[in-house]
Formats: sequence, structure tokens, C-alpha cells
Amino acid sequence: MASKTLASRRQSLIAIFLVVGFVFIIRLFYLQVIDESYKNSAQNNVLRYVTQYPARGLIYDRNGQLLVYNEAVYDLMVMPSQVTQMDTAEFCRLLDISLEGFRERLKKAKEYSRFKPSMFEKQLSKETYGFLEEKLYRYPGFYVQPRTLRKYPKPIASHLLGYVGEVNQQIIDKNPYYKSGDYIGISGIEKSYEELLRGIKGIKVRMVDVHNREVGSYQDGLLDTIAVMGKDLYLTIDAELQEYGELLMQGKMGSVVAIEPSTGEILAFLSSPGYDPNLLVGRVRGKNFKFLSEDPVKPLLNRAMMGQYPPGSTFKMVNDLVGLEEGVLNTKTRYSCQGTGSSPIRCTHSHQSPLDVYVAIEQSCNPFHWNVYRSILSSSGHGSLRENYNNWRRHVMSMGFGKKLGTDLGNELSGSIPSAEKYDAIYGKGRWNAMTVRSLSIGQGEILATPLQIANSAAVMANRGFYYVPHVVRASGDSLIRSINYEKVTSTIKPQHYEVVVEGMRQVATMGTARWYQPEGISMCGKTGTAENPHGDDHSLFMAFAPAEKPVIAIAVVVENSGFGSTWALPIASLMIEKYINREVKRKDVEERMINGKTY
Amino acid sequence: MRDRKEISGNIDWTLVFLYLALVIIGWINIYGAVYNEDHSSILDISQSYGRQLIWIVTSLFIGLVIILTDARFFSTFAYLIYGSTLLLLVGVLLFGNTVSGSKSWFHIGSFGLQPAEFAKFATALAMAKFFSSQHINIKEFRTRFIPLIILGVPAVLILLQNDTGSALVYSAFVLVLYRMGLSGNYLLFGVFVAVLAISTLMVGQYYVMGFVGALAIVLLFFIKRNRSNILNLAGLLLLALGFIFSVEYAFDHFLGDHQKTRINVLLGKELDLKGAGYNVNQSKIAIGSGGFLGKGFLQGTQTKYNFVPEQSTDFIFCTVGEEWGFIGTTVVIVLFILLLARIINVAERQRSPFGLVYGYGVASVLFFHFTINIGMTIGLVPVIGIPLPFFSYGGSSLWAFTILLFIFIKLDTKRASLL
Repeated sequence: MASKTLASRRQSLIAIFLVVGFVFIIRLFYLQVIDESYKNSAQNNVLRYVTQYPARGLIYDRNGQLLVYNEAVYDLMVMPSQVTQMDTAEFCRLLDISLEGFRERLKKAKEYSRFKPSMFEKQLSKETYGFLEEKLYRYPGFYVQPRTLRKYPKPIASHLLGYVGEVNQQIIDKNPYYKSGDYIGISGIEKSYEELLRGIKGIKVRMVDVHNREVGSYQDGLLDTIAVMGKDLYLTIDAELQEYGELLMQGKMGSVVAIEPSTGEILAFLSSPGYDPNLLVGRVRGKNFKFLSEDPVKPLLNRAMMGQYPPGSTFKMVNDLVGLEEGVLNTKTRYSCQGTGSSPIRCTHSHQSPLDVYVAIEQSCNPFHWNVYRSILSSSGHGSLRENYNNWRRHVMSMGFGKKLGTDLGNELSGSIPSAEKYDAIYGKGRWNAMTVRSLSIGQGEILATPLQIANSAAVMANRGFYYVPHVVRASGDSLIRSINYEKVTSTIKPQHYEVVVEGMRQVATMGTARWYQPEGISMCGKTGTAENPHGDDHSLFMAFAPAEKPVIAIAVVVENSGFGSTWALPIASLMIEKYINREVKRKDVEERMINGKTY
Repeated sequence: MRDRKEISGNIDWTLVFLYLALVIIGWINIYGAVYNEDHSSILDISQSYGRQLIWIVTSLFIGLVIILTDARFFSTFAYLIYGSTLLLLVGVLLFGNTVSGSKSWFHIGSFGLQPAEFAKFATALAMAKFFSSQHINIKEFRTRFIPLIILGVPAVLILLQNDTGSALVYSAFVLVLYRMGLSGNYLLFGVFVAVLAISTLMVGQYYVMGFVGALAIVLLFFIKRNRSNILNLAGLLLLALGFIFSVEYAFDHFLGDHQKTRINVLLGKELDLKGAGYNVNQSKIAIGSGGFLGKGFLQGTQTKYNFVPEQSTDFIFCTVGEEWGFIGTTVVIVLFILLLARIINVAERQRSPFGLVYGYGVASVLFFHFTINIGMTIGLVPVIGIPLPFFSYGGSSLWAFTILLFIFIKLDTKRASLL
């Protein structure tokens, strides 16, 4: 019988069993011991990382006055899988949304994910949250996540402070710190000090089941981190002066920048027209931003460092300084002014002639400065006119013109002190001379400077030859102690030459164009400017510092398209100086005229 | 008393021990899979581990009853038992309840009964009865045809219930036929057919046809090139090509979308982690995350928080993998292989063909369940919903597997007699 041989088939069967068992064990060894990826997947399955958002750091002025703080708001989140039958009508009433709006949002959330939370309604106010909170238990699947928004007790310094917004995809792609829904500083201090202000996000690790229901904390919260609030900032800004400046500048287009010369600390930094920074916060931000950006007077433009103007007569001392340094000008040098008919640049004032450098500054004499400038370009002794020009440019740039100053605010423009190459490009190499570029002698032509640069040049005059890089933050953290050091930049002009132009500037205030606005008891040094503007009416400029001997404030004021420097910029600057030094303004009539004046 | 002693003395305690080991390990893992702190009492019958404990106790009782039953009862009434289960299968089609797409349950109160589970041991009994009759010759058509009927009827009835997995179990009996003398070529042929089918689905029919054609041409150089050989080869080639074509055709036209996706995911042609691939992917994550030593009893997060579907029934092996690691899975696999090998060895010592064939039937059914179930949890086999014997939660399946095995243990106590 064949059964004997067939009995041997049990070996084949047992062999098959063993093969299958062996294959399984090999496969399990691979899955469980060799391949690590499944372990990570298991973690991702069961762990949810819940972000704890920190509040941004607070911002104070130089005297400890609060400028920016945070207000709690509540994002209403929804987990579609947990939403059940509920009183939708009442819910909509509480949130003040339509039934369609409700359905639309829920649909959108479901399309994103049924098991992951989506934003249902952004930034509920405290009041709405108050109403909702008591009834939230009736709406399963909905919960609130606290966030903070910026709040400004006074509507000032908007350009300086900047604003905060939600990160976009571009930022997320570039910087892995940011996740969708995070806030980030978009402009101003909020942007340049983002890393200090934002704080440190915390993470809560929660375990969830397959329906994304939280079932507890992971390892008893061992891996959780607490959100750390951002660092507070102490600004160099004097809030009272800033507010006063904005009051004076209302109804005018332009800018005021005030600097403490001995430190480079910016005391006031404003651009007009401005806006209430509270407008660019939270749910109304998008709408308001659109409205502001479409306004023809450009309230969003930060004119203080992005507006570029011909400095006009405020630039004349710079040329005098170069002349003195290069030995083509001294205090005995006199040039004659043929009055309003002189050539090639006419004088705008009637005054004595011939005149020296002091009177030339006091009276803002155009022919005098043309002669000085011609001498610089022809007789500085560096060789050709081109080389003399380059030398002049080097001196000018050492005073902070034609380059970014490197402040701690972003988006600064550099102004322009044109290079010899630029004139080559316009006129051809060797085909331009002092006559061609004569406008530079009086701060016109191709020269452009920002109000910040003009204020900085006032600080250079005040310091007799150097400046500290202007900045707006003096300390971060919990103390007022200055923790940030800024570079001291020394100009290429010797200090004794500054004494000459400072004396001229002092005479401007005592006998010259500014004599009607000399603040009582304060020795102001200044210079008016009326910058010709190819696009419209002249800009009114004034730069100054005070007191003459131990300056505490250097200031530049630009009022666009408003005519003579002495009409608007001078009185405003003089009021600012009075305000800062005396803490109160006695000249109520001037003050009132400025506050109520409108130039556009 | 004398009879009792004789019975207990003849019981194969190795099989009983392996059975108990698997049932107990199974229950521990069901407890681990659905454990939650509010219901930690093992007797809580609102939880599946509490109910499974009832099934285990009743199974042991059933096992005892079978041991005490006269062995001749099973051979005498084999066809009757088989016939009754067929009636139950027809009955469930007419009066049964549908659970997750399969109309395969009788509901009596809150308990469900799945006749398909019981049809397995009944079929094994019928096969044993048939092969213990006179005039058995595997070379005869009758001897091959009648087993096909015995297997085919319950398989088709179960297929009609839309329970493909349980129907496929009957294909395992080919191992019994092999032992009874069916040519090994059939097994090889089966493997060849499977390889052709799988490769067709994986790379497309034209590549496989091309390969088979090339193979035929190569063969042409090795065989004696006479008329009949060439004709045979040509015939085989045509058959293979026809088969390849029909596989693709059947796949495209007869299979439901969910079956297609399951197969495609398994073959690696589709990556659908949230859909059809979800079960397998989560199952692999659970097992893979267990590592070498496992996360420890009740520490499995993937199974406990329901990431793995059916974690106490068809995917119970995941809990073993996650909580007990590679050590645990290896122990379970070794236990199963030992059980299967022991059944084969015990079957071979039967003097009666009834015991032999029945034993091979038991081994075949258990082997098929073991291979498909574990293979599916580790992504080697498509997801076919059949339980892991003695392990998976469920009264019907535990009862049925207990009956299946204990009838064999009972028959073995009488191995000296010819029945």
C-alpha cells in the first residue's frame, strides 16, 4: 500500500509550516527591531503638540511710561468631528454671525480635517467671550484658545512701533520657528526686535485617541514646556515729546526727528500724517490697512526715514565745514553778495556785503556758499576737480549723509550724495565742473537726505564732530540700564571748525532767519531751509540743537510743500525744543497757530 | 472509574497545554487591547475581556463534554453533523443578520452565533468520514470529485453570505488531499498559478505574457522536439496566456472597488494610508512600535486608543506586537508552529483513516487562519477578515476552534482502535 510513502508527506507539510513561521519571524524582526520609522509613526499617532502662545514683550518709553501692552482675546476653535446637534441659531446670535456664515465656516473646517481643530472665529473680544463662555458647554466641539493682541494706551508713534500680524506661508517656509497662526512683527520695532519681543512658545504634549480626543498628558507633562513671555523693551523715545510733536504736526505732511546728541538716542520720531496704531490690530487690521494704504496722503509711509528730501540751506554748514577743513575757507574769508541779482545763484535775502562765514550762515547767503563750494572743487589740492569732488563727498558722508545710518529700525533709506560716476553718466566723463553741480552748494540738485539724517547732522554739529548711531531702544528686559552700545562715528572734520559753524547757527537764532522763534531762556542753534521741490511747492525745513554749549536735543523738522523754512518747520522745532528742555511751552500763541495750521 | 482513568491517561496533554497557553495569552492581549481604568475588573461583562472570559470557561466545558462523549459518535454522525451545519448555513442566508457587510449571524438575544465557524469542523468530519469509507483511490475521479463537493457546498454557501475570508478557508483542505495521495504537482501547479496571478496584477498582463512566452521558447531548446512535446508546450503556453488574460479581466470586471484597492495596496501599487491601507498601516505601526521587548503590558498606545481597527478580533496580533515586542510575537508564532506540528504528528499515529484525515483537516484549517491572519497584520497578505484561532475575541470562533481541536483530542484517545 502507498500509505507508507504517503506518510512521508507529513515532512513536507511540517516544512511548509516552518517556512511560513520563519518568514513571519523574519518579517517581524524587520518591523520591530530594524525599521525605526514605525516607532516615530506611533508617536505621531498618539501625541498632539499643543502650542502655548506667549504674550509679546511690553514697550515703555524712556521714562517708563507704557506705550504698548497686550490684551487677551480668544480664538474660537472647532473640532468638526465632535460637533453635534446644537442650538445653532442661539450660537450665531452670540457670535453675531449669520446662519450661512456658520455653515460656511463649519464646511471649511470639515474640508481641512474632521479630526483636527480649525479656527472658527478669530479674536473674539472679551465681551463676546464673556457671553459665550457660560454657554460653551452646550456646543460640543467648540473651544476657545487664548491669544494676546497689542493695545496702545496712546495713539502715538505708530510708524516707530510698527504692527504685528499673522505669519504668511512665505515666512513659514523661510523660518521654521513659525507655524501657521503665529504672530510676527511686520514693521517698526515690532519687526526689528521680533526675536526679543516674541518670547518663547511653549508646548503641551497631550495623548489623543483615534478620534483626537485628549486622553491625558504625556508622561505626566515631563516634556511640556511653558510659554515664556517676550522681553520688555525700553525705548529712547520721550512719549510726552512724541505726543506733542504729533499734535504740532497734525494737518501737515512731513516729519520730526529729535535726537539726544550725546548718546544718539532718538527722543521723538514721527511721520505725519500718522494713524492710530490701534487700527492695525486684530480683526479690523485687514480692512483698516487697505483703507490706510489707499489714502493719497500715505499715512503708512514712514517719512522720518523713508522720505528723502533735498536738505536745502540746512546743508550749507556742511559745505562750510569742508571748506574750513580743506583750508579754502577761514573766518576771515569774505565774499561779496550782489544781492538778489547775483550769479549764478541769486541770494534770497538782502543783507550786508561782502560778508564772512558767520553772516553767510546767519543770512543763508547763496552766493557766498557758491563761492565756497567752487573753491572746494577747484582748490582743495587733491588734484583734479574730480578728485576734489570725491574728497568733498568723503567728508560729507562722514557726517552721516548718503548712506544708511544703521539704526535699529528697518527699512531706512540712504538718501543720496551723488558719486562722480553718477555725474559722468549724466554729463559724460570730464564734461562737468563746479558750475554744472553748483546746486550742491546750497543743498539742492541731486542731494537727498532723510529727516533722520538731517537730525543726525544737527547732532554732529552739536557734538562738534561726531555722532552715535541713532537708535530707539535703550534697553531690554527688566531694567532701565542701557544694555545696548552703539557705535560712535567721528567725522573727518576737526572739532575747531565746528565751533565756527555753530557760532553761525547761533546767530541764525539770535539775528538771522530764526530770530522770531528763539525759545526764551534757551540758547538754540539752528538753520532754516527752503528746499526747492521739483514735484510741487517748496518743503519747509529746520534743523537745530540746544542749548548751544551743552546740547541735549538735536532736531530736524520737515513740512512738505509748505513754503519757507521759517514758516512751519522753524516754529515747530523751536516749540519741540522748548517742550523738551522746559517741559512746558510758554508761547501759547505760536503753539496754537502751529496746532491749528493745515498745509494740505 | 476505570474508563475515566483510561481516558485521562490517553489524552495528549501537549495539545491541551498548547491550547490553554494560546487561549490564556489571547485573553491577556484582549484585556490589554481594550483595557481602560474605569472597567478594570476582569469579570466586567460590559467589556469584551469580561465576555471573552465567559467564552473561555464555556469552551473548556464544551471540551470536557467532548472528551466524555463516545468517540464513535463523531464518526457515526459525521454526515449528519455536516448536513445540519449546511442547513444552518442556508438558514442564516434566509433569516440571519448582517454584521459589517456579511450576512452570517444568528442573533439570539444579545449573543450572536456564526454558523460559518462551526461548518469548519463539520466539514473536517465529513472529509474524514469519506476517506474512511471503502474504495478510496485518489487516482479515481470519484475519490477526487466527492471531496470537492464536500468542500464546495459550504464554501459557496459562505461566499453567498458575503464572507469571502471564511469561504477561502476551505481551500486549505487541499493539504488533506495532498496527504491522501493527491499529486504534489497540484500543489506546485497551485503555486505557479498564484505566482502568475500575483505578477500579472503587479506588473501588468503584457509583461507576464512576454515572460511566459520567452520561457516557452527557452524550454523548446531543452525538450526533445517531437510533435507531441511541441504540441503540449504550445497547449500549456496558450493555457497560461489565457489564464493571465482572465486574471486581469476578472480583476477589472468582477472585483468590487474595495477588494481591488485592498489588493493594490498590498501589492504596493497604491498608497492609501487613510483608506484601504489604513488598517494595515496602523497595524504595522502598532507592531513596529513595540520594538524588541515591547512597551509592556497595558502600555500599548496604538491599540488602546483605537488607532488599530478591530484590535480585539482580527487585529489582536497587533497588541501582542506592541505590548510584548518581538519576543512576544516570536513566542506566539512558535506556539502555533508547535501546535500544528504536534497535530500532524498525532494524526500520523492514528490507526484509523478517520482520525488521520480529521487531524489533517484540523491542521489545515488552523494553518490557514494562522497564515492569513498574522500575514495580514504584518502586511504580507491582503486584509481578509478571519480570526486568529484561540486568540481573537469572539464566542463563535473560540467555541468552534475548541470543538475542532477537542474532537481530535478525543479521537486520539481511541487511536488504538479502528473506530
